[in-house]
Order: sequence, then structure tokens, then C-alpha cells
Amino acid sequence: MKTFQYERPADADTAVALLADAPTGAYLGGGTNLVDLMKLGVAAPDLLVDVSRLPFDAVEETGTGGLRIGAAVRNSTLAVHPLVRERYPVLSQALLSGASTQLRNAATVGGNLLQRTRCPYFQDVGKPCNKRRPGTGCPAREGAHRDLAVLGASEHCVATNPSDMAVALAALDAIVDVASGHGPRRVPLTDLHRLPGDAPDRDTTLRHGELITAVELPPPMPGARSAYRKARDRASYAFALASVGAVLQVREGLVHHVRVAFGALAAKPWRARTAEEALLGEPATTASFDDAVRHELAAARPLRDNGYKVPLARRMAVSMLTELAAASAGGTP
Amino acid sequence: MDGTSEVGLRINGKPFSRVIDNRTTLLDLLREQAGVTGPKKGCDHGQCGACTVLLDGDRRVNACLLLAVSLDGADVTTVEGLADGDRLHPVQQAFVDHDGFQCGFCTPGQICSAVAAIAEARAGWPSVVTPPDTPPGPVEPTAAEIRERMSGNLCRCGAYVNIVAAVREVAR
Ligand SMILES: Cc1cc2nc3c(=O)[nH]c(=O)nc-3n(C[C@H](O)[C@H](O)[C@H](O)COP(=O)(O)OP(=O)(O)OC[C@H]3O[C@@H](n4cnc5c(N)ncnc54)[C@H](O)[C@@H]3O)c2cc1C
Ligand code: SF4
Ligand code: FES
Ligand code: FES
Repeated sequence: MKTFQYERPADADTAVALLADAPTGAYLGGGTNLVDLMKLGVAAPDLLVDVSRLPFDAVEETGTGGLRIGAAVRNSTLAVHPLVRERYPVLSQALLSGASTQLRNAATVGGNLLQRTRCPYFQDVGKPCNKRRPGTGCPAREGAHRDLAVLGASEHCVATNPSDMAVALAALDAIVDVASGHGPRRVPLTDLHRLPGDAPDRDTTLRHGELITAVELPPPMPGARSAYRKARDRASYAFALASVGAVLQVREGLVHHVRVAFGALAAKPWRARTAEEALLGEPATTASFDDAVRHELAAARPLRDNGYKVPLARRMAVSMLTELAAASAGGTP
Repeated sequence: MDGTSEVGLRINGKPFSRVIDNRTTLLDLLREQAGVTGPKKGCDHGQCGACTVLLDGDRRVNACLLLAVSLDGADVTTVEGLADGDRLHPVQQAFVDHDGFQCGFCTPGQICSAVAAIAEARAGWPSVVTPPDTPPGPVEPTAAEIRERMSGNLCRCGAYVNIVAAVREVAR
């Protein structure tokens, strides 16, 4: 690991000013991804600006009945928060299905959003990789890509975003608050991460030095149900092969509001907008869910070894929507 | 300006302060500088749980992925800090009674993790296998709950069955 300076500023303005002057510096959250990548030589910042103790550590109701989550809130704290469990089960379940309690106790909301891909070539500095070293090539296309993307990939990169939390936040229409020297801005979660195109080294739409300060959730839809489900190689403590987060509101048997997001299929949480549009106003039945999700996943372009993800994701989404519809009809909370 | 910082911690109740290289992880500080070798280095990448210690009471973390410099002021408890004099902590005793180990390499991490897991379930923290409609309050420590909650600690010897029994006895 390369040597680096360490700063722990007391407020966001100082944090932002410190990184603005340090083109190869980085923010430090819990460190569970960044320190790992520094050990592997994938990241080599010369300055760490520790933002894990900034005063962004609250989960509060907003004036409109939504929820504002500070970027320094630990993943474990957020997962068990009573308002999250009651109003946004998809978020609590997504967090609880990620990593281990030890890691969730250290990981912050800001760091979770910006964690990098688990593509094995990206993590191995002895291998070429367009994301780590632009222009060197993408060995995953021909090599080990069983865990990698089936949607939105490019010839330059087929990596996936590994976050479970981000999938739930995409389904909840979350907004990310960002601070920088140019003043604050608000980014819809679904615009935070980007597809690789011809610049796979850029995971997100953030510029260097932009600091995530909070994530805001709109008020929950009255009577809507939500859930998260994840398929993985072992029962726990593993990244997703495919996952789905969904929110469904049914009125008189018809879909009134629906959000579906897939995880581990693309370089960003994949909002199934085609399926959502197809479902609006349709009967909340397995048949319509199946039609709509097939329509969405028609865009999939699997590689040699990851085609299994398409039917897996479809079955998970259809069975989850069916269960959410049944729960709505049954009236149980 | 030279990549070092002064850090002060409490380790098993005793103050420890020193100027350290910023690159030092909590695990390396404990093992190589403080002489506290209970926490083990299994993978050094957050993947095995052998380095599990408790921060500020019973918040379990992987010491291998935390930079010591970021923990200035923290209270760290390792397996060495759990017993009350010669009396083992109930979780330590249960691991002995149930043969919750073979080679013992993962055991310090398993025990710290179990102490926290039991506290979390008592405090009403759900896990991903807790049914979503479970009312608030302590979570019943079923075998499924214990397996999920302890999944961040791997055991190469496969002592899992006895570990679950040990944790279950104390959690009840
Ligand atoms: C063994 C293992 C298993 C895992 N399994 C899962 C899993 O199943 N599901 C899952 O979702 N995750 C999993 N993870 C990943 C884990 O969730 C992330 O490492 C964690 O969420 C990162 O948060 P952090 O605060 O530690 O981030 P850090 O490592 O501190 O930072 C990550 C990145 O975010 C930047 N950053 C941090 N905070 C801010 C901020 N406020 N503003 C701007 N930039 C910021 C940093 O500069 C860095 O680039 C696993 C990790 C490990 C090691
Ligand atoms: S998929 Fe992306 S991250 Fe993986 S080797 Fe190819 S370019 Fe690198
Ligand atoms: S040594 Fe820390 S998790 Fe393996
Ligand atoms: S007892 Fe040997 S690794 Fe667990």
C-alpha cells in the first residue's frame, strides 16, 4: 500500500476544500471497500479525507413524510431503523442481505453507493482492465464473466454494480444530495451510476471531490407493498448473482403504482421502466407480470456463461410481484 | 506530512496511544504493536471474520479493513477482554462445553461475533431471515437466525454445527 496523508475534518465544507486541492485524494467512509482496494494496489490515494464522522449520521422524517438518511449512517443502523422497517421494507431487506453484520457495522451509506465492481480482473493489478486502466482491454468478455452484466454493457466493459442497497433505493425513487465547491446539487439515484459505454473508468456521474451528504426517500405510497430478494451462490455473505427490489400498489385488482429494479445485471441498478409502463393499469396477475418482465429482459445480451441470469431474474421478479399483489389483496401489513 | 498520525485507543480497557503509520489496520496494530494476538488474520480482506473485534461496547467489525487512524478515541474489545478474571464469558464457556472448534483459528472471531450477535437479537435487530411481519422486540434465536447472523465468520474446520449449539445455549 502506498503511503498517504490522513485528515478528519469537522465539517463538510472543509472536507470538500481538502479534496478540491488533491486530485489524487479520496474520501474515506467505513473503508470496507477502499482499504481493500488500497491493499490490492487498485486504489492508491495520496490523501484520505475521513468523512465517516461528519455530522451526517441521522435518519429523519422530512416535512413531506419522506425520509432523509445521512451519508455517514452505518448500513446496519439503517437496516434496523424502525421507520425503514415499517415504511420501506425493500430497503431494510436489501441492506440485511448484503455482506455480514461486521461489514454493515462499518459501511456507510455514502461508501456503499460508491463501492466499486467485484469483477475479478478489476481487482487484480496483474491483469488488463479498461475500468482500472483505460485502453488495456476487457479480459472478462472472453474469460470469467459468470457474475457479470447481461444488460447495458459495452464492448469495453461488462462489470456489474455490486450494491444491494442501491437496488432498493432505485426502486424507491431516492434522491442523492451532493456537496461540492460549486454548491449543492441533487441527483436522482437512477442517474448516479452510469453504463460503461466507451468510458468504463467512470462508474458514476459525480465529479472528483463531490461529497455525498444524504439520501432522501419520497413518502411511501399508501397501501403499497415492497420487498427485496437476492439469489447467490451460498445462503449468506455473498454478492448477488441476480436480485430484485419492487414496490407495488394495487387498486381494485389493477396495478396503480409499480417500481421494479434489478441488481447484479448491469453496471447500475437496473430500473425496469419498460415493465413498469406496461403494467400500469393492468390486472395485478402473474400473467401480466410475466409478460411485462419478459418485455423488459428482451434487451438482455448475455455472454457465454451468464445467460442463466435472465430467466433467474425473470422468475424472481414475477414471483415477487405475485406475492406483493397477494399481500395487497389479503390486506395484511 | 509524513504519512503518520497519533492515535489513542482503549484496548480491553487499557489506554494505548502511539504515533502510527496511517496505513496500519486495526488488526495489525492489535497484533504487532499492542501484543494482542487473539484476533487472527485469515484473509485480510473482510471475507472470513477471523479478525472480528468489538468496538465501543458490542459493535462487531472486521479489524482487517479498518484503518487504526480512523478509530482515534475508540474502545476496542478483543477475545482477551471478554472473561471476568478467571471466569470465562458465557459464550467462551459454551464454546468449550459444545466443542465449538477444532483447530481454534477462527474461534476468537467467532466468539466476539457471537457476543455481538446475541446482543443484536436481544435488542430486536432483525436479520434477513426474520419474517418481515415479526413484531418489534427481541428476536427468537432459532438455528436459522444464528446461522444467518454468524455467516460473517467462516470456519475451515467446519465446526458450524457445534458453534450453532453453543450460541443457541447462551442466546436462549
Ligand atoms: C467480503 C465482502 C462482502 C460484501 N458483500 C456485499 C454484498 O453482499 N452486498 C453489498 O451490497 N455489498 C457487499 N459488500 C460491500 C460493502 O457493502 C461495501 O464495502 C460498503 O458498503 C462500502 O462502504 P464504506 O463506507 O466502507 O465505503 P468506503 O470503502 O469507505 O468507500 C467506498 C468509496 O466511496 C467513496 N466515499 C465514501 N463516502 C463518501 C461520501 N460520503 N461521498 C463521496 N464519496 C464517498 C470512497 O472514496 C470510496 O471510493 C461486501 C464487502 C466485502 C468486503
Ligand atoms: S468487465 Fe469491466 S471491470 Fe471487468 S475486466 Fe472488463 S473492463 Fe475491467
Ligand atoms: S482477516 Fe479480517 S475478515 Fe478475514
Ligand atoms: S476451528 Fe479451525 S477454522 Fe474454525
